[in-house]
Amino acid sequence: MYDFAFQTPASVSDAVKMLADDTEAKLLAGGQTFIPVLKQRLNKPSVIVDLNGLGLSGITSAPDKITIGGMTTHNAIMSNPDIQKRIPGLAKMASWIGDTQVRHRGTMGGSLANNDPSACYPTAVLAIGATIVTDQRRIPADEYFQGMFTTALAPEEIVTAIEFPIPEKSNYEKFRNPASRYAMVGVFVAKGPAGIRVAITGAAQDGVFRHTAMEQALATNWSADAIKGIVTPADGLNSDIHASAEYRAHLIGVMTRRAVAGA
Amino acid sequence: MPQVSLTVNGTPHTVEVEGRTLLVELLREKLSLTGTHVGCDTSQCGACVVHIDGYSVKSCTMLAMQAEGAMVTTIEGLAAADGTLHPMQEMFREHHALQCGFCTPGMVMSAIDLVNMHPQGMTEDEIRHGLEGNLCRCTGYHNIVKAIDAAQKLMHPMAQAAE
Repeated sequence: MYDFAFQTPASVSDAVKMLADDTEAKLLAGGQTFIPVLKQRLNKPSVIVDLNGLGLSGITSAPDKITIGGMTTHNAIMSNPDIQKRIPGLAKMASWIGDTQVRHRGTMGGSLANNDPSACYPTAVLAIGATIVTDQRRIPADEYFQGMFTTALAPEEIVTAIEFPIPEKSNYEKFRNPASRYAMVGVFVAKGPAGIRVAITGAAQDGVFRHTAMEQALATNWSADAIKGIVTPADGLNSDIHASAEYRAHLIGVMTRRAVAGA
Repeated sequence: MPQVSLTVNGTPHTVEVEGRTLLVELLREKLSLTGTHVGCDTSQCGACVVHIDGYSVKSCTMLAMQAEGAMVTTIEGLAAADGTLHPMQEMFREHHALQCGFCTPGMVMSAIDLVNMHPQGMTEDEIRHGLEGNLCRCTGYHNIVKAIDAAQKLMHPMAQAAE
């Protein structure tokens, strides 16, 4: 790892200023992706601005929404009784990320800022129609994800919270890579204020996307049988040593049916 | 050079580190606590697991500077001053839950957190699943699972009695 200056801002605005002062400065959230990236020398920041200790973690439950602070850990999300009860698909998703030790450090805001094309959270955010709250503005899920490792965030913008409306039904199913446990295909289904939505991760080169053919079929009939005949084209899906694009296309059908059946 | 102040196994330390120094490097190289191992260095194997404020973390995937003000417990901090082993250590010995021993410190630290997180007790399946962040290349895990099952009965006697 290349060396860098480690800075602990006193506030979010302080952190923004540190980023503005140095174009090579980078934010550190839970570090469960970023520290491995630094070890591989894939990134060479001059300054690391640590977001721990700014009070950005915590979960609040209101009648119409659950708000999750950007620095809230996967472990806190999976074990929160309100999330377990009101958005069970999200609690289940968090419990499947990494392992216990990773879940004690990794954060929702960090994952969403990174937007790994195999990350789980983007599917929940997109399917439920959540809002990404930053220090500057509120970004609807539909505008937030812009392709592999790309988001609507400006370079000096910080995710402070994520607001989830409460879906009537939600569920997540994930076909895990047997070694890394990353999603080879992950499917989040939701029926709620944003309508009926099916969001897919791990499968496409551009990251998370909505499966509109599945959504239309489920809008007519919310059941696994309703989407049985839908064929997902393999165009634009990932092909690697773990699975071909055709195999991933098949998995999307299987995992979506399981997700609907279990919702 | 930056400094970090933290408490390790009950003893306060202030240590000079670089920004890039990992917590595991601080523990092993600055404090000579070599019981915490570096196996894969890619946050997969769990040989480097320590407790930060009571929670298990992979110390190869945390910067030393992030431990400012933290209470760190390593494998060296588990036994009592008179040498009495922690129940988890005792059960690892009792059930022969190690062969080469390389993964053992991380296994023990993860196992204690796992038991702490499940005061109601865990089934064998839950214990196996809960160890997903720790790799062992010798034992086949079976005796490790047996040791953790025995230790949870010692650590949470009331939960077991209520069953």
